Amino acid sequence: MRRDVFQAIADPNRRAILSLLARQRLTLNGVAENFRISRPAVSRHIKILKECGLVVVIPQGRERYCEVRMDRLNEVTDWVEQYRQLWEQRFNRLDEVLLKMEKEK
Amino acid sequence: MPSKNKTTITAEPGKQELFITREFDAPRELVFKAHIDPKLFVQWLGPHGYEMILETFEPVSGGRYRYIHKDKIGNEFGFHGVFHEMSEELMIQTFEFEGLPERGHVILDTMRLEPLPGDRTRITIQSVYQSVADRDGMVQAGMEKGMNEGYERLDGILEGFS
Repeated sequence: MRRDVFQAIADPNRRAILSLLARQRLTLNGVAENFRISRPAVSRHIKILKECGLVVVIPQGRERYCEVRMDRLNEVTDWVEQYRQLWEQRFNRLDEVLLKMEKEK
Repeated sequence: MPSKNKTTITAEPGKQELFITREFDAPRELVFKAHIDPKLFVQWLGPHGYEMILETFEPVSGGRYRYIHKDKIGNEFGFHGVFHEMSEELMIQTFEFEGLPERGHVILDTMRLEPLPGDRTRITIQSVYQSVADRDGMVQAGMEKGMNEGYERLDGILEGFS
């Protein structure tokens, strides 16, 4: 299965987990306490975030802490420009359609 | 073909909405027609490299729509919504991407078509999301497609050299 940043942030719970962990590192239980979804569900999301490279789990004593790798998120920071280009391409095609329509008028 | 008419996106951090603006060198009547004639609509809406299938398309106030973007390896991405208002000045519709893990993340799009001098038209779209996270997440999902398109274009250019 494909694992990348985009898949990581496609899910609203995972986005919420990331923003929680961006403020502080937490244990799995610490994360789960902040969510209504079940602990196994939180654990599954953390696993996906780990596989996407956005979260690392660091053992410390008997605890295991989840930490966000913010640098990986930089891949998506320029999302407005990317989204703009998506619309630009769409509208450029609309230009061509309008040009054809005008010729056929 | 690159256009001198640039697309502008305004998305303030922490807000649930974004605005898309673009001008067209065509009268409003034609721009509107390109939005409601299914044969024209399929020619421009879908991302490059995707087949655009209009399953349901009732572009009148109260009508519904559902379309599918199908990529070359058969992955299908469905979208649906209803047209709340469909007139030459104002098009209001809901929009939901069916590929999200959770249903109900609906976007409200209000599109204004404004006539400009010289038979030109300005489109302004306001997209309102249910949350800031929804807005940023959806935009990022859209961006992934945009990036794929970029790679395909690069492939095309490289093919031209080989």
